[in-house]
Amino acid sequence: MSRIVLDQVAHSYLPHPQTEADWALREMEHVWEDGGAYALLGPSGCGKTTLLNVISGLLQPSQGRVMFDDTDVTALPPQQRNIAQVFQFPVIYDTMTVAENLAFPLNNRKFDKTYVKQRVEEVAQMLDLEGDLHKKGARLSADAKQKISLGRGLVRADVAAILFDEPLTVIDPQMKWQLRRKLKQIHEQTATTLVYVTHDQNEALTFADKVVVMYEGQVVQVGTPQELFERPSHTFVGYFIGSPGMNLLDCQLEGKEAVVNGGRVPLNEAAAQRAHNATGRLQLGIRPEFLSFDARGQNGLPVRVEQVDDLGNYQILTVRLGGELLKVKIAEDAEPPGEDGSLRFPPDWTRLYANGQLVG
Amino acid sequence: MTLTLTNVTKTVAGETHLADVSTELHPGGFYILLGPTLAGKTSLMRLMAGLDRPTEGQIEMDGRDVTRVPVRKRNVAMVYQQFINYPSFTVYDNIASPLRRSGMRAEQVDTKVREAAETLKMSHLLDRLPGELSGGQQQRTALARAMVKDSEVLLLDEPLVNLDYKLREELRVELREIFARRSAIVVYATTEPEEALIMGGNTLVLHQGRVLQQGPTTDVFRHPASMQVGRSFSDPPMNYAAGDVRQDGNGNREAVLAGGIRLPLLGHLARLAPGRYHFGARASHLSVKRNREDDLSFKAAVTLSEISGSETFVHVDFGEDHDWVCQEEGVHRFELGQQIDVFVNPRDVYAFDTDGWLVASPVRDKTRQAAQ
Amino acid sequence: MDRWPDHKAWFLVLPVAVLVAFSAIIPLMTVVNYSLQDVLGGTYFFVGAEWFEQLLHSDALHGALQRQFIFSFTVLAIEMPLGVAIALALPRRGWQVSLCLVLVALPLLIPWNVVGTIWQIFGRSDIGLGGWTLNELGIAYNYTSNSVDAWLTIVVMEVWHWTPLVVLLAYAGLQAIPDAYYQAAKIDGASAWAVFRYIQLPKMRGVLTIALLLRFMDSFMIYTEPFVVTGGGPGNSTTFLSQYLTRLAVGQFDLGPAAAFSIIYFLIILVFCYVFYRALEGIGKGAP
Repeated sequence: MSRIVLDQVAHSYLPHPQTEADWALREMEHVWEDGGAYALLGPSGCGKTTLLNVISGLLQPSQGRVMFDDTDVTALPPQQRNIAQVFQFPVIYDTMTVAENLAFPLNNRKFDKTYVKQRVEEVAQMLDLEGDLHKKGARLSADAKQKISLGRGLVRADVAAILFDEPLTVIDPQMKWQLRRKLKQIHEQTATTLVYVTHDQNEALTFADKVVVMYEGQVVQVGTPQELFERPSHTFVGYFIGSPGMNLLDCQLEGKEAVVNGGRVPLNEAAAQRAHNATGRLQLGIRPEFLSFDARGQNGLPVRVEQVDDLGNYQILTVRLGGELLKVKIAEDAEPPGEDGSLRFPPDWTRLYANGQLVG
Repeated sequence: MTLTLTNVTKTVAGETHLADVSTELHPGGFYILLGPTLAGKTSLMRLMAGLDRPTEGQIEMDGRDVTRVPVRKRNVAMVYQQFINYPSFTVYDNIASPLRRSGMRAEQVDTKVREAAETLKMSHLLDRLPGELSGGQQQRTALARAMVKDSEVLLLDEPLVNLDYKLREELRVELREIFARRSAIVVYATTEPEEALIMGGNTLVLHQGRVLQQGPTTDVFRHPASMQVGRSFSDPPMNYAAGDVRQDGNGNREAVLAGGIRLPLLGHLARLAPGRYHFGARASHLSVKRNREDDLSFKAAVTLSEISGSETFVHVDFGEDHDWVCQEEGVHRFELGQQIDVFVNPRDVYAFDTDGWLVASPVRDKTRQAAQ
Repeated sequence: MDRWPDHKAWFLVLPVAVLVAFSAIIPLMTVVNYSLQDVLGGTYFFVGAEWFEQLLHSDALHGALQRQFIFSFTVLAIEMPLGVAIALALPRRGWQVSLCLVLVALPLLIPWNVVGTIWQIFGRSDIGLGGWTLNELGIAYNYTSNSVDAWLTIVVMEVWHWTPLVVLLAYAGLQAIPDAYYQAAKIDGASAWAVFRYIQLPKMRGVLTIALLLRFMDSFMIYTEPFVVTGGGPGNSTTFLSQYLTRLAVGQFDLGPAAAFSIIYFLIILVFCYVFYRALEGIGKGAP
């Protein structure tokens, strides 16, 4: 097990990258602490799979170094890095039994027979696969196959990190819960470093201690799920995390208030202070969960209700504030709103962004 | 045009893909087929399209038997999980292809194509080839092609599943609005309960080739006819525990659940006769704090806690293999193995009989029902 | 069939059905008819299974059958591994792919009798490049007089001619394997042999089954090439089944025995193909 350091790593698939857009991965510094559960979250084409392949050694970065503890592994192929990887579509050796599949990485490394047997049994137990050990791999369901892929990583006691490349894509929602739970428990038990690539915020946030959000080849924020949710440091994070994402409204600053479409929104003093020093396009951001809607229209800015969506566990209101539409999340059993109401912006949850960057 | 399926069964090589499916789909309606992989969603769509013929049963369109009418004689369009376009055609030609095949005049084709492209926000991409498009744009092309020919039945087989989460979120809302304006029968297959709720309309819950329940989406969600529907139509699946309703000498009744939890029979539960039941509660109705005076509480050990930004999913175990998930607003931290109090209001609890059929479901607020 | 409830489609199949009837079914029935009768100056006698009995005790047939089996199995034993090996060695992407494929496929484009002629000349010790070179090197080689040399020539020719088919099929199978498998194997520390044994071979099973069946049938029915090169000699050493059959039917006009023989021949091929197919299908699908 080791700490993984990316030192000035950047990668381009082109031989002579010219513009910024030519880089699939822009220069970055990042440390993956030993034993952490990380998620790498971003839309397709943001460079997250590239980054994963740089760590695993399937790809050599155009520049920079990859360090496992104090060893420079940049030039080492995957098999010499002690990395395990679980892919989007389950990779399983069809002709082997489940036990043989699990033993494969150890047998390749010529471990002692009794040791291999013991490890395979341990891992099978961890993954609830004991009953399937003698079945042929090809006959199992997608989620069992994915467990075996994971098992082939776990079986190696020396594994530095296990990397996951959107491993739940082909798994049904009901099974996703079980697999993710399994993964969490295994992380508790083994304290192996896990890096999990996904475009699905739910998976990323529920899985990881630390989430690394990527956008256009760059890391835009690293934080706990709570930090990403409560204090997105970039409007992209605000939009990308949360469902629906953060409401973003153009605004001007007047004293300790933000002016949105003529309406005044009170701000925290410190936030307002910092925003005064910022330049560029100023936006106010607030999550649908933090807005408070008043159907009687007594508090806050007057709004018009455009739509109510009953999503079972909660309701989503679409309200119009001047020319802007906002989403508001209200409880399942909240009173049904009429056509008009008002919206209050709690200052503690109201963020300000200048040119996309969080200022207060 | 109304599409009616009567006692439709489909077996392939001795394996039952669909068993005794009956349903009626009306023009302008939006129908969701909800169920896990292999539940029979695709098989059902293929029958509706006329790609397959049922082993038994009848399919009618407006009372006319079309069971044996092949797909090219039915006015249907289909969109698949995979992004299927003609790779050597531009987006324009891709969208135009079904119209040209039907022999429409060029000017008319042009108007129609541009209209469809406009609706799906891809007017600026008409000259591109599918290979030059992102996944979302490729699927928009396929959707435009399916919609342009004004078919009477539009079948969408998990069309968004291969797209990014955020993109899915945006397209869902767009699609819902586009379909709301059309008079076709739209059938939409998905594995995700959340998607069904967002898309609205009517839902048919499929499981192992059977339609377990059908009706307006929120009705099915709130009144799952069986335990399996509760499981299929909740994410995370509905939590269950068996229990006995007992009556003491004074005629007072209460339920005793697994783990010795005593459940007062409030509201809709009051009419349960003594006997054995399965009680179910959705994760969103379980809490780690007392929200209402008459909440019931029980002790459980935390087995896992997942924080999803705005919410925390606490997995708890209260003995006898009862693993429940509790969905709580906000961020809460727990140690693994920690004993906590879990709260649930009896008024939110579902009761099913020993065969798994719904006996009592929570009554929702009168005002809300009136507003709907 | 389920998908096309429209019965009009059957009319489209009609021309083929008629063609097959005239080209296969009717001749086959004629053969069956011949095999049970004796033709003597325009008169037919029903002889029952006599021709079959006679054939089953014929040494000439036994010899030809034995040679045929040895030949087919030798050829398969060389072509299958060689074809897979070449497919593995071919580049996976880039402009070299099409170039290599064209080069590999060249022998397949040559008509069979021309293949025979090429090797017939190539092997001659007086003017043929191959034969002359061998003799110059001090290796006595003459396919017209030495039966071992004749065998070698025909086996090498057959391998040269048909291995490309195995290569193309195996290559198609290899190209269909997703990259993730190779990446996972790398990470699992699998050796090149393990990658071949546990990924490439199982994933090629389908195409290799087809290759094996095609190659077995073709090699079992080989006629033109040995006929052109050695004419079945020296002696009977390269007389294979089809050539023996031709001799029986066309050379000696023993139509009855020839017909009986054709039927036996047909059955042998059918049985073997079935056995191969079942055996290969079973691999990797084994018990749960």
